[in-house]
Amino acid sequence: MKKIGKIVTPVILLAFVLTTAVGSNRKAGNGKMPLKVPGNWVNEVWIPNSDSVNAVLRGKVVYKAYCLSCHQFDGGGVENLNPPLIKTSFVLGDKARFIQIILKGFDKRVEIDGEDYSNNMPPLNFLTDQQIADVLTYVRNDFGNKATMVKAAEVKAVRAKLAQ
Amino acid sequence: MQGSHFGLLIGIYYSKFNIIYMKSLFQERSFQGRSAGLSLSALAMTVALTLTFSVMASAAPCGVTRQTSHLSATHSTGQFGGHALADTTGLKLPAHFSAIVVADLKAKARHLVVTNKGLIYVKLAKPKAGKGILVLAAQPDGSARVVGGFGNYGGTGIYLKNGYLYASSNNAVYRYQLDAAGKVLQPDQPQTIVTGLVMGRQHETKSIVLDNDGHIYVNIGSPLNSCQTEDRMPGSMGIPGCPLLDSAGGIWQFKADQLNQSYGQGVRYATGLRNVVGLDWNQTNNTLFVMQHGRDQLHDLFPQYYDEKTSSLIPAECMYMLHKGDNAGFPYIYYDQFKKAQMLAPEYGGDGKKEVTGKYIDPIVAFPGHMAPNGLLFYKGTQFPQKYRNGAFIAFHGSWNRTPEKQGGYLVAFVPFKNGKPDGPWEVFADNFAGTDNILSPRQAKYRPCGLAEGPDGSLYVTDDVKGRIYKISYHN
Repeated sequence: MKKIGKIVTPVILLAFVLTTAVGSNRKAGNGKMPLKVPGNWVNEVWIPNSDSVNAVLRGKVVYKAYCLSCHQFDGGGVENLNPPLIKTSFVLGDKARFIQIILKGFDKRVEIDGEDYSNNMPPLNFLTDQQIADVLTYVRNDFGNKATMVKAAEVKAVRAKLAQ
Repeated sequence: MQGSHFGLLIGIYYSKFNIIYMKSLFQERSFQGRSAGLSLSALAMTVALTLTFSVMASAAPCGVTRQTSHLSATHSTGQFGGHALADTTGLKLPAHFSAIVVADLKAKARHLVVTNKGLIYVKLAKPKAGKGILVLAAQPDGSARVVGGFGNYGGTGIYLKNGYLYASSNNAVYRYQLDAAGKVLQPDQPQTIVTGLVMGRQHETKSIVLDNDGHIYVNIGSPLNSCQTEDRMPGSMGIPGCPLLDSAGGIWQFKADQLNQSYGQGVRYATGLRNVVGLDWNQTNNTLFVMQHGRDQLHDLFPQYYDEKTSSLIPAECMYMLHKGDNAGFPYIYYDQFKKAQMLAPEYGGDGKKEVTGKYIDPIVAFPGHMAPNGLLFYKGTQFPQKYRNGAFIAFHGSWNRTPEKQGGYLVAFVPFKNGKPDGPWEVFADNFAGTDNILSPRQAKYRPCGLAEGPDGSLYVTDDVKGRIYKISYHN
């Protein structure tokens, strides 16, 4: 009995420590948990030092501020009004076309995977190249999407082309 | 099994084991061994209980459980004779009301009408197999079966009057003569009553209603959200004088039986209405009533005046009683249901505080913002109890822009009326079309109410335009 107690008690204590750690992570919005990856705090979010992960996290902030109200938190859009961003050809396809939508807006009735959408999207050309690159990288890597990053230089190139 | 249950079991079992262990320690000869063992196990017991309670407290519910009906699909005897379907809709209704699924059309069912012989005509937003109007015939069990279709155009509006079925596309209004049984005589040769109406990308649908004096009323919605120079562009100011109001943003009146009318032959009956999808003629005071879709995105467009939360709640969705010449104020004002005031729109110099008085009509009912009223119906029947007679049912399609709040609407509301005016606050009549309470995006809503009609027996029909479900709501004493 004693021997079992000597094993079980430390196990319980260990379990307690681990559960507390995990439990606090389950609380929504708790960013105060430093991950074991080098990085920095940015707006109470821990940004690990990795290009694409960085971009996705920064892009999510941009999405929340400029995109979420129409395209919704789950990228699902609104039927008949605002297109979804879930595995559509516009999101996963040609990057230059995707960048152009942010820079010029979208005011045409175009079928997107069999449906059409009637609300106008205004131009978001007031965002910086880096912000646009980040939000597109985010959209291409959330909502079930998985695709390559968009870099600020690519946005700059499209912007220059449109200005011609 | 949920996490909290598991945690509780672990806690109980360990505590039980620990008590036995501590009992055995009292047989320990060495004093140090005994006290060390006791303190360690006491600590462990505390830890175990804390663990149990923290796991219980932080355990999130395993997702929202749906209140699905457990009624089987077998039939039971209904009030109106014969066998009737059980209620499998999952709708939340007042006491003594129940609903059945009349049909599942798998199409975008918008508005509908029911003839006095029980024939149902449903207008589709997009034709299905070349048919934009579906015809359903009632079955003995209360459901209805598609028996035909015609009209290769999408649209929303549909209305029965004086032996004709009127229906609208997104820029025209047609009518079909009916025989004595209420069947369309020449489905492939409608008469064109109105043509050439402005059709923007948004608010393009043309709901219709007729009065008792040979007129038809057509909604022509604003092609712009708030008449900005650049539509939905943050900070873009309103177009001076908002010229679109000459041909849109209002209700136009035409003759019900004249062919090929357009703007030149019609009258702008009421203006300053952003988009009206639900409208009806109130027979008790012979007046037009409309439900307006209020403007969007106050915060997105003018964040200096409106925070996210305010913008998710206002402006109100307004019911207006209209007479010829009325101006409801769009785009210059919006109605704030908390301040009970017409507010100057930021596009035209407003700042969230400036109010406007004396220029535009007030709503007669102001509903919560963004719920998207798509249907309005004055109840003329006698099946429902006295409180509902001549009252107004409103189908709220459900919001998309109430972030960060939960989305709202996805229900049928009711306003009691007396002598042609509201006689009490609005209430929820039928809820849970969406299938869940916790809607953060409209994609999560299973069904979204759109059209309303009254059957010959006084039952209320409701369409859903996501999957094309048709509901029939009845009262049983």
